[in-house]
Amino acid sequence: MNHLGFKIEKMKIGSFDFTCCEGCQLQLANKESTLPAFLGLLDIRNFREISSERHDDYDIALVEGSITRSDEIERLKAIRAQAQVLVAFGTCACFGGVNSLKNKIPADEAVRGVYGDKAVETMPSTKISDIVTVDFMIPGCPVSKAEVERVVIGIVTRSLNNLPKYPVCVDCKQKLNTCLFDLGEVCLGPVTKAGCDAVCPSGKTACLGCRGPADDMNFPSFLQLVREKGLSHEEMMEKLTFYNGFADYLDHER
Amino acid sequence: MNVDFNIDIHHLTRVEGHGNIHISVKDGKLAEARWEVIETPRFFEMMLRGVSAERASFLTSRICGICSISHSLASIRALERAMEIEPPEAAKAIRLLAMHGETLQSHALHLFFLAAPDFLDMPSAVPILHSHPEIVKAGLLLKELGNEMSIATTGRATHPVSLVLGGVSKAPEKQQLKQLKEMLMKRRTALDKATAFFRTLSIPDFVRETEFISLRNGKDYPFIGGDLVSTDGVVRDENDYLLMTNEYLTDFSTSKFTRVSRQSSAAGALARFNNNSRLLGHRAHEIAASFGLEPICHNPFMNNIAQLVECHHIFENAEILIENLLDDDLKNLRNAYKPKAGEATGAVEAPRGVLYHHMETDDDGKVVKADCIIPTTQNNANIHYDLHALASEAVKAGKTDRETEKLCEMLVRSYDPCISCSVH
Repeated sequence: MNHLGFKIEKMKIGSFDFTCCEGCQLQLANKESTLPAFLGLLDIRNFREISSERHDDYDIALVEGSITRSDEIERLKAIRAQAQVLVAFGTCACFGGVNSLKNKIPADEAVRGVYGDKAVETMPSTKISDIVTVDFMIPGCPVSKAEVERVVIGIVTRSLNNLPKYPVCVDCKQKLNTCLFDLGEVCLGPVTKAGCDAVCPSGKTACLGCRGPADDMNFPSFLQLVREKGLSHEEMMEKLTFYNGFADYLDHER
Repeated sequence: MNVDFNIDIHHLTRVEGHGNIHISVKDGKLAEARWEVIETPRFFEMMLRGVSAERASFLTSRICGICSISHSLASIRALERAMEIEPPEAAKAIRLLAMHGETLQSHALHLFFLAAPDFLDMPSAVPILHSHPEIVKAGLLLKELGNEMSIATTGRATHPVSLVLGGVSKAPEKQQLKQLKEMLMKRRTALDKATAFFRTLSIPDFVRETEFISLRNGKDYPFIGGDLVSTDGVVRDENDYLLMTNEYLTDFSTSKFTRVSRQSSAAGALARFNNNSRLLGHRAHEIAASFGLEPICHNPFMNNIAQLVECHHIFENAEILIENLLDDDLKNLRNAYKPKAGEATGAVEAPRGVLYHHMETDDDGKVVKADCIIPTTQNNANIHYDLHALASEAVKAGKTDRETEKLCEMLVRSYDPCISCSVH
């Protein structure tokens, strides 16, 4: 395979899941019209969800899910030791994701609530960069296949660009959507990293910030906007804590 | 022949989530057969405490990456029933079309990419892309159609955007509906090709009598709400879901097991078929008959065929739903509501079987208590006892460890287990 006269090497990938719904990995098999071409760029070495072939000679590891059990720490470290490039794949891996909502309850209480007296191991949910070095993050709940395609093409053609630095509002405005703030809802579009094509506000539901904070955004001004519009602080906090992406910004707000 | 062997399959492939199969044969007799679910639990019921009714379905959809629409709608139905909210008719039709999209996508994924490789003796669908390109292409066309239905009705394929309490936040564009209708007509060829392919596969002949659990409403093939019924004649109200599950713990599985009238029971496409076959569309009916699928079928491998039959039903019913939506002005999409204290169950037929969410709210509409019982949870005990019977038969028939292993893997895959879902 050639690109601009250069030989393109297929990407040797492994795809791995930890505590999660596996929805991000499933996106790899979506966007069916371009799927055969997409698969043509990949040499899948290890992907339990779709293949019985398992090899440990992958260069790039896609890691989905957050970490909530000690055996996961060991498995993640082994993947890190093998992979040249480790990608945090999806919101759970990048920020801890919805799994972090269980951190509001002590672990033993959560176990008692679901399993009664049976001993079940669990720890507070953490993002994978708390355990190993992460080389690249693709956030999203789930990840956007279009963005994944852009990243994979960027890697195999050695022309990888950063993800957008601007917030979701930029894409949302271009779609001429009615602003959800004008409909009386708190939307995290002003502070969340773009790249999802503003899929939630385009469906007339508020952005819940699954892609985490945008690089170029103004958090204090967002807080002020919510106050000025007289919208519910409680609703705002429920949204900002939904995926744990804004944890660093919230210490003083709690 | 007195043989000894152990089969230990760690993290079974081509299923969603993490499960192990353990089989032990001593002196030519089956000593032990076990289905172990070792998924890391996520504690969704605990996470839900204190979450607003408005947001609850956005959380529960994250229980599963394959059947997120089912989870979303189970929560919405539970909360709407708890707070006495009635969605508009158009919203109901859009929700049902969303269920059809998800079911088609999920069945196509399972049939072509998870199950088919076993029948062709291949490790995955990737080599099938070369050996049977037409088949994989047909599978992709069906999966894409399912996803397009979900995108048009809910905003995206996984983790729905516009399914909300009181109705839907946005209707599909008329243009999208017209495109879907056209795709449905054109892709009938892909479905027929897929059906012809499945006719060439040899489905293992194995029978273990069990009790099949599903929804039933007596009017339509069930997807959203209804009575809870079993092939042993049990009929319960939707709110009495606990009597249909009776969850219990084992020491080798992080997923719970369930039972109703026997030591185990089964949910899924075959269970829906066994309880509701007369409500299938005309074409789906013919296809079932042509595969010799008749109620009550006790061969778990026939769940694959029941899924295929349901794809035909979805093609027929989706066309009717789209016609109706095209005739609607799609203006009345969401009814306003006041949060209040209440308690109810929302049951839906997820692709893999009946799914229950039970929600209790306080005066502000916050979730104070939640319970979710997943189809795969209801199948785990059945898989476990099936494995025992199947391995036992295989050993008696003198099958090698390799042959037994493959049959056992195929059995588990036939249930299309969604393991991370079952340990939510």
